Parts: sequence; C-alpha cells; structure tokens
Amino acid sequence: MAKSIEVSDLNIYYGEFLAVEGVNISIPARAVTAFIGPSGCGKSTFLRSLNRMHEVIKGAHVNGKVLVDGEDLYAPDMDPVNVRRKIGMVFQRPNPFPTMSIAENVLAGQRLNSKRMKKSEADDIVERSLRQAGLWAEVKDRLERPGSGLSGGQQQRLCIARAVAVEPEVLLMDEPCSALDPISTSVIEDLIHELKNDYTIVIVTHNMQQAARVSDQTAFFNLAGVGQPGKLVELGPTEKMFSNPEDPATEAYIQGRFG
Amino acid sequence: MTTTLKPSPQGDLSADLRGAQLPSWAPKAIAALAGVVAVAGWFTGLGPVRGIILAWLIAACLPLWSVMIEGKRKATDRLVTLLVVSAFGLAVIPLVSILASVIGKGAQALSAEFFTYSMRNVVGEGGGIYHALVGTLLITSAAAVISVPIGLFTAIYLIEYGEDGRLASSIRFLVDVMTGIPSIVAGLFAYALFVIFFGEGVRMGIGGSVALSVLMIPVVVRSCEEMLKLVPNELREASYALGVPKWRTISKVVLPTALAGIVTGITLAIARVIGETAPLLIIAGMTDSVNFNLSEGRMATLPVFTYSSLMQPGVPPEPSIERAWGAALVLLIIVMVLNLLARLVSHYFSPKGER
Repeated sequence: MAKSIEVSDLNIYYGEFLAVEGVNISIPARAVTAFIGPSGCGKSTFLRSLNRMHEVIKGAHVNGKVLVDGEDLYAPDMDPVNVRRKIGMVFQRPNPFPTMSIAENVLAGQRLNSKRMKKSEADDIVERSLRQAGLWAEVKDRLERPGSGLSGGQQQRLCIARAVAVEPEVLLMDEPCSALDPISTSVIEDLIHELKNDYTIVIVTHNMQQAARVSDQTAFFNLAGVGQPGKLVELGPTEKMFSNPEDPATEAYIQGRFG
Repeated sequence: MTTTLKPSPQGDLSADLRGAQLPSWAPKAIAALAGVVAVAGWFTGLGPVRGIILAWLIAACLPLWSVMIEGKRKATDRLVTLLVVSAFGLAVIPLVSILASVIGKGAQALSAEFFTYSMRNVVGEGGGIYHALVGTLLITSAAAVISVPIGLFTAIYLIEYGEDGRLASSIRFLVDVMTGIPSIVAGLFAYALFVIFFGEGVRMGIGGSVALSVLMIPVVVRSCEEMLKLVPNELREASYALGVPKWRTISKVVLPTALAGIVTGITLAIARVIGETAPLLIIAGMTDSVNFNLSEGRMATLPVFTYSSLMQPGVPPEPSIERAWGAALVLLIIVMVLNLLARLVSHYFSPKGER
C-alpha cells in the first residue's frame, strides 16, 4: 500500500512570497527520506505541501507537480481532505486531542469522520495501531484514560498510532523527536525502522545523527540568503551524503562548519 | 542558611548585597492597628466613615516608615500595594452592603406561599412571586434559545472562517457597538419590531426575550470568541492531517475542547440579562396573574415585579415593599446559582488530565 512520490519543479508561495523554489525530488516507496537544512529553509513547508497541509495557512499555494503513484495531488479535481486521508502526518509537538481517551485518540481518524464500525473492529484497530507505535504494552490497561495524561514521548507515539490507524500510504513526520528526550527519541527511531516496511516515510529533522541513523536517502535544503526562497541543494543516498557529499554547502552543513 | 558571604578582597560585597528591611511583622502590625482603630472609632462615636479614613491614614504610615528605612524602591512597592488593597476594599463595600441589605430585608418575605402564589386578587398581605418567577424563567430561557445559536455561530464564523477579513472585522466592530446599547433602547427596538406585526400597545413575553437577546448576543459572541481563540491550532492541524473536513474538525474537535469555557460564558451572559428591568417594562409589561404563554399578553418578571411593588405599593404599603425585597433576594439567589453553576460546569467539562 505504500506509494512513491515524484515532485517536479515545485514552487511554494505564501501569498506573493516565494518560500520554496524549484524542487525536483523522487521519494521511493517503503523507504525513509530525511530532509535536513537550517531553520527557515523551507523543509517543513515542503513537507506540508506533500499532503496539502500548508494550505491551512491563508494565501498558500503552489505551482508544479506532486505525483503520488502517478496522480497529481494538485490537479483541480483533487480534494485536499481525501489527500490527507492517504498521506498522514506527525507533528513537531505531540498533539493528542485533550477531550478524548487514549483509545478514542487512536480511532480519531475514523470517529471524527463518523465512520461506523463494530466494537470488535474498533478494538482491533486500536490494538494494531498501538502495537505498531510501540505503545501497546504501556497503555493497554488504561485505554479509557485521557491521552493528555501520558508523557511527552508516549503522547508522540500516540500521535503516530493515530496517524497509522487510518492506514495512510505515506507518513510525513515534521521533526517528530525535537521535543523529546534521547530515550523516547530512540524508541521513535526504532519505530520508524519498523514502519518503513509498510509505509513511505518522509522525516524532517534538525538532528544530523538522526538523519544518518534512520534514513535511506537524505535531501539537503538551504536558502541562498535572507528573503530568498529555499531550495533543494542536494539529494542522495544517506551514506554518500554524510561521507562524500557533492555540494560544498552540504559538506559544510553536515560537518557543522556552517555560516 | 548557615553560609555567609565572606568579604571579597576588592570591596565589601556582603554590604552591597544586603539592604535595610522593615521587620517582617511590620505590615501585619500596621494592618491590625488600623483595624482596631477603625472598630474603636466606630463605637466611640466617630462613625464608620471617619473610622475607616483614620484607619487608612494609619495604614499609609507604612510606606512613610519604609521610605525612611528601606529606601525608595521598597517604599514604592508598599505604597502601590496599599493603593491596590484600598481600591479592592472600596469595590467590595457596595457589594457587601447590597448583599447585607437585600438579605436582611428580603429574607423574612421568603415562605412557601411566597414561591407558590401569584398576586392575583391579593390586596395587602399574602400573595407571592410565582407569576414573576415563571415569567423571568420563561423570558430568559427564550432569550438564551435565541441568542446562544446566533452568538455561537457568529463566534465560530469570526474565528474559523472570517479571521481578519473585511466582513469579520466589521462584524467585530458591530458586536462592540452592540455591547454598548442601553437596555432601554433594546426594549424600544423590540417594541417597535412587534408593533409592526401586532399593532400599537402590544405586550408579550417573547418581545422581552427579543429585547434581552439584543443585549445578550454581543456578550455571548465575545466570550465564545475568546474561548475558541484559546483552542490550540495544533489540534485543528492534527484533525486536518487525519483527513477530517473543516466542519467536522470544528464540531468534533474545536467545540468540545472549548466547551467548558463556552458554557461558562453563556451562563454568565444569562446572569447578566436576567436582572434587566427597563426593556421588560416596555414590552413584557406587568400583570398580577400567571401567564405561561410567551406569545400572548403581559408577563410579569422579577425585576419588573420588584419595581412596580415599590412604585405602586397600595395601602398599606408595607407588605408590598416586603415582597419587593423578597423578589430582589430571589433574583440575587438565581444569579448566584447561575455563577456557581458556571464554575461547576467549567470544572467538570474542561479536558481532564491536562497540565
């Protein structure tokens, strides 16, 4: 069910402002692609354009093509709501719904869309998703307790469970570990390794070691200067990017000699 | 606290870090002294007002004492503290005085008869506020039924759809203007509106509800708007990212998260309009009998009942005036119960396990 993504000549605008310019990238299915780069270079914007989440901000629009298995996400007859059902997202800060229990949070994708299902079916989804997110053992006895009572790392895994419960084709992760401690981070990194078997994963990270640990290919974004749009500088297999990058800017950034 | 700073070779750091201070009991002692003087002044013929002024002058000695010993910064702090506490005390005086006189004069009127009898065919003693109680509850509930949907949907539009657009900012401006409408004007508006349909001299309960809605809608819009603003954007994004359409995100994520605050705001808005007199005087009028029909005839309400019992007490006037105090007390109790209810609701409905 995992899908590959082809992006060609994508420009992303906020109103008149060109935020990201001319991105061409191919994201393979069942692999982890990491986006690295300095703050403000448009990696998150680009990530959000992959499931049309950036449109939540008024005036945001794109031109160019994003093909998911040959389907253009920005074709005029595409419904962003349906796109987001197929391409899930995990955010920087854990954001479980405070009014819902742990189980309800996992089922939020179904429940909020008023999908009818049997109790047994719902229980299966909760257990499967929580197992996939590596949270089942910790919460199986308190599924009815509020999701916001969990620790930060557990909340983030709950959000991952919520995202995989709707069985998306692609999972986008926007700095999923930046608010977490090293132990929760390593749990989530292990999780990404496992999820890779079923999903296409795209992850934005500020942590270079994390990109090196979890990803199969790495993309380096940068901006030419203040007020200039962000650009994709280099894309390659992670090993090559971290040992022998082609672009001097990539090398400088990866070695910490930046700016 | 056993470590002490050793004098550093360059200078006397220890002295630089310390400062003269009033003894810690000083504020309490001055406050106690002021209290004693106020009470003593009251009973020794000075009267309450002079007693309180004298006590305040004594309290004002604290900043003076402080400026002599502690220096300017701490004295300013103590002066401002004194001013803030005085302002609070000043604000509480009318509240306490109203409570005391309403409870003192109204409590003896309360009885089973008072709550279960109307004023129909009652002259002199006896009778009750049943008709006014029914009227107040009916008219206010109808006002809430009209204003809550309008107010809530306006707030949803302003926060979720309008944002900073031209329509939204003009609505915000108009809501602000509406907040300032005098209640008598709201009453005249409702009267003029109903005259169009029913002719001169129309009196009906629902007209009172319309007048109260005019006063209530801006309060509901404002409080709901503030509450919806407090819902973190991350929750909306989380919902969108699951492929949930906007209207479901609003109805199933945003509203439940803000529910406690919204219900509290609505309850307080009801408490705010339940005591309105002027508009009801114009459009709902006054009667001595029970009227359950909002759409026909005059309808008594507690504030109007209080007003007319005081203004046309009849002969002898005492029982009527006592009933007026009783009705005022009942109104006060209803408002307090509503406030209490709002607190309970916000306690039980707010998302649990948070922070």
